[in-house]
Amino acid sequence: MVFFSYLIGGISLGSVYAIIALGYTMVYGIAKMLNFAHGDVIMVGGYICYCAMTYLNLPAIVSILLSMVVCTVLGVVIEGLAYRPLRQAGSLAVLITAIGVSYFLQNAAQLIWGVTPKIFTSAVSFPLPEGLTDLGISSEAIVTVASCVVIMIALTLFVNHTKMGKAMRACSEDKGAAQLMGINVNRTISMTFAIGSALAAIAGVLLCSTFPTLIPTTGSMPGIKAFTAAVFGGIGSIPGAFIGGLLLGVIEAMAQAYISTNLANAIVFAVLIVVLLVRPSGLLGKYVPEKV
Amino acid sequence: MKKSIRFLALALALVMMLALCACGPKTEQGPGPVSNPGAESQPGTEPSQSGNEPSGEASGTFKLGGIGPMTGGAAQYGMAAMTGAQIAVDEINALGGPVQFEFNAQDDVNVADTAVNAYNILKDWGMQVLVGAVTTTPCISVSQEAYNDRIFCLTPSASSTDVTAGKDNMYQMCFTDPNQGLSGAEYVKANFPDAKIAVIYKNDDAYSQGIRDAFYGEMKDSIVYEGTFTEDTQTNFSVQVTAAKDAGADVVYLPMYYQPATVILNQAKAIGYAPTFIGVDGMDGILDQENFDASLAEGVLVMSPFAASSTDDRTVNFVAKYQEKLGQLPNQFAADGYDCVYAIYEAIQAAGLTADMSTADICEALIATFSSDSFTFTGLTGADQTWSANGEVTKVPMAFLIKDGVYTTP
Amino acid sequence: MKNLKKTTKVDFATYIGVTLAFLIVFILQGRGMLTNAMESWLVPVCCFIVMAVSLNLVVGVSGELSLGHAGFMSIGAFSGIVAGMSLAEAVPLVPLRLALAMAVGAACAALAGFLIGIPVLRLRGDYLAIVTLAFGQIIKDLITCLLVGYDKRGLHFVFNLDGLRSVSDLHLEEGGVAIIKGAQGAVGVTKMASFPAGYVLVMVALVIVLNLIRSRTGRAIMACRDNRIAAESVGINVTKYKMIAFVVSAALAGAAGALFGLNYGGLASSRFDFNTSIMVLVYVVLGGLGNIWGSVIGAAVLYILPEALREFADYRMLIYAIVLILVMLATNNDQLKALVGRIIPGRKEADANG
Repeated sequence: MVFFSYLIGGISLGSVYAIIALGYTMVYGIAKMLNFAHGDVIMVGGYICYCAMTYLNLPAIVSILLSMVVCTVLGVVIEGLAYRPLRQAGSLAVLITAIGVSYFLQNAAQLIWGVTPKIFTSAVSFPLPEGLTDLGISSEAIVTVASCVVIMIALTLFVNHTKMGKAMRACSEDKGAAQLMGINVNRTISMTFAIGSALAAIAGVLLCSTFPTLIPTTGSMPGIKAFTAAVFGGIGSIPGAFIGGLLLGVIEAMAQAYISTNLANAIVFAVLIVVLLVRPSGLLGKYVPEKV
Repeated sequence: MKKSIRFLALALALVMMLALCACGPKTEQGPGPVSNPGAESQPGTEPSQSGNEPSGEASGTFKLGGIGPMTGGAAQYGMAAMTGAQIAVDEINALGGPVQFEFNAQDDVNVADTAVNAYNILKDWGMQVLVGAVTTTPCISVSQEAYNDRIFCLTPSASSTDVTAGKDNMYQMCFTDPNQGLSGAEYVKANFPDAKIAVIYKNDDAYSQGIRDAFYGEMKDSIVYEGTFTEDTQTNFSVQVTAAKDAGADVVYLPMYYQPATVILNQAKAIGYAPTFIGVDGMDGILDQENFDASLAEGVLVMSPFAASSTDDRTVNFVAKYQEKLGQLPNQFAADGYDCVYAIYEAIQAAGLTADMSTADICEALIATFSSDSFTFTGLTGADQTWSANGEVTKVPMAFLIKDGVYTTP
Repeated sequence: MKNLKKTTKVDFATYIGVTLAFLIVFILQGRGMLTNAMESWLVPVCCFIVMAVSLNLVVGVSGELSLGHAGFMSIGAFSGIVAGMSLAEAVPLVPLRLALAMAVGAACAALAGFLIGIPVLRLRGDYLAIVTLAFGQIIKDLITCLLVGYDKRGLHFVFNLDGLRSVSDLHLEEGGVAIIKGAQGAVGVTKMASFPAGYVLVMVALVIVLNLIRSRTGRAIMACRDNRIAAESVGINVTKYKMIAFVVSAALAGAAGALFGLNYGGLASSRFDFNTSIMVLVYVVLGGLGNIWGSVIGAAVLYILPEALREFADYRMLIYAIVLILVMLATNNDQLKALVGRIIPGRKEADANG
């Protein structure tokens, strides 16, 4: 019974990681950059939703939508101002810029919202029958897992069956060739950032609903974990990010419960290392052979 | 490829930085309110014959330094303590008495080396007494420097015994961790004699670990579950809460700050677990968090020397000023910062110090005053506080029961 | 001098530059012309210069992105502190003890680098990066669980796996000292580091790294970076050469960590987290990949920058972030590059070749 509770906790945590990882993996797959500022967009999403609910007294669903809109705009602006000028530069230059953006968002958030934690009222809470609560299932867990699955399926359909999705896949394969085929690469990448940031907003709201304190550094650790999850599942692969996120959450919960709470993080990372040694491109990643 | 531009940029940055550095000393010599050349710190001087008791009126403008995290993950604690200290300084200066303060707070990002950098910046500024550092690890490294330089330090909230160990110039405003743990254990023994106890603590934090060690030493027979967490895992307690529930604990001791405690209360409620939660002084502030659902903390016991809801004049006055500054209720960190300044103020008056004395003389005189039996201090965090020669404060913790969203005395 | 190769000239210029900078600062310090704040930057700047130079060996020269360099610094710092503290009686001479501590730090970090290098160097690109990040986190968490004490009988270690042990489990004799207290890190460390020691370490690091790069080994390492398959086809053992770069880099980071650790009264393992690794990476990238003296300047400038921005109080780190982004954008801007090319003629050609 306790095992089941741990499992539920792990799946719920893993779903949050998965949603963040989906954003990571989209951006990586298409723009081929590690967007370390992604975790901080989550934090911004959380704050926007908080402000909308607390100061403007908007209903939860409107707040979530507002937070998605703000984050989408933020993502596109960041991409346009900070990353687009570096499209031709080395991947490290973009990485450092992303880190700069991450510092910027954290410190700007501190100046705007202050350093004391905000207590996030769950945006997705509804009453559950007694039996479920006893099992350790919370309404947040149900919403998180459900939205994670929905987002994963929607993204897969989007990428495989729409024109924009096709353009994204083309950009991911070969930007130059995509451009020659008449695809607007810049617009496609902006679109990717828009989707990734909207997902980050959802993740922010769900993260804060489950773990309710919100401070300017809230997003950094989940960001790193989600990055790990994305690599775990094979970075660039949408189902990979989903599976990677879930597994990571469950492993973390199990390690905390049965091995050592101290070393839970270390164990998660150790599992990642082992997986990468066995499958060097992650669980579902494509292996790209090198050509001379 | 792009080397030339990169170096141009670096060179520009270097020039900019040197320009900034050059500004530093200049402002120091600027027309500040201080006009005592002798007040500058003299790191090289030997401490004078200790215990000299200058009689006469204390006077002059003393330079108080403050160190605490004001950016990064621990910023809330540093901000609170430094704002509290600033309020006290403003009050004292507004009194217009002979003793005036200048206060300069520097950020240490909760990191040891940045704290030492901050300390040295304050030393260049001419700091005579230090309020800080707020958090433990930076405080340990700063206190070592201050010990060698003979600058008196009173930390608002660095509660580890390692902070004061072997350093006669280092005093604490807060309880030491072991005392805190022992008084918690006594309280539990007296009020919950047969309880099964669970402890959840943060074992990468000296504060939490220190309290737990003392508490565990007293209570090990009745503890049925111990769970730990770290900075990186303090957003999710589903495992610890579930395990405590599973172990049948009816008292959960939470030696930690209010922020993780909030998450624990929330998650316990989510799985329908309602034991008696007992917190420590770091728990104070839990009710003041913006948008906090007070029903979560219903029935929680907080052992704290300070309560923002107290109705005595001083607390009411302080709370009003703090709210004006930061727009929220002060917690124990803020009160400790405030008390630090007042304790130093009273000690300066008791010892009859003048601002033109050397820093080392001020340090020795303050050590003698603080450790003397006759010096007692009454502040926001308790009445008749005294200090022992090893820098530890003695005051009585009060247990508050949270009822209907306010502190009540059980 | 004319017969010397250009690279040799640059190397000598680096040595001379660093030495001159040291002498100037040292003389200024001796005459009391430095503020206390500036003095307190000296040792950490030296440490981070060594960190940047050693990371450049992996990222710039060997071409592998490492996001866990602070882990090696951490190992070096804590093993160095243990050595420095426990040898207090055996080696009374402080500079010698400091050198021993740095050697111990370097050796421990090198060993860790070797063990970590075995799995890491089998991976490529971003997968390698994430694994170094993972190792950095693992090292931080392991040290958080470590309790070390010292008494007459020798060193005592306790590994706090379940999180429930404390200093009392070390069972120290009367007069024993706990050196590393788990999460709280090292406490009560005797400050041994000095600026001259920092200078010596920087010079040692420069001599090792520059000589390695200019040697046959170094050329092999760079060949692996530029084209792994081509390098393999001419008989270069890629893994071996990558490993050499990785272990040397780890050892230097360990020595820097030991110096850093022995410069402060207390230090927690949380200091060496992901952010610190990233910080050092920023120094390297801004200084120029593969450019050693760029790393020296990059580390010095960027360590001091946040301190110099203290006047801006709350806006300090915000400004730092903006500077970081703007510098990256400026150095990668084609128009600016063209402009510089026009202002400094001949520079463009050199760029094209470089």
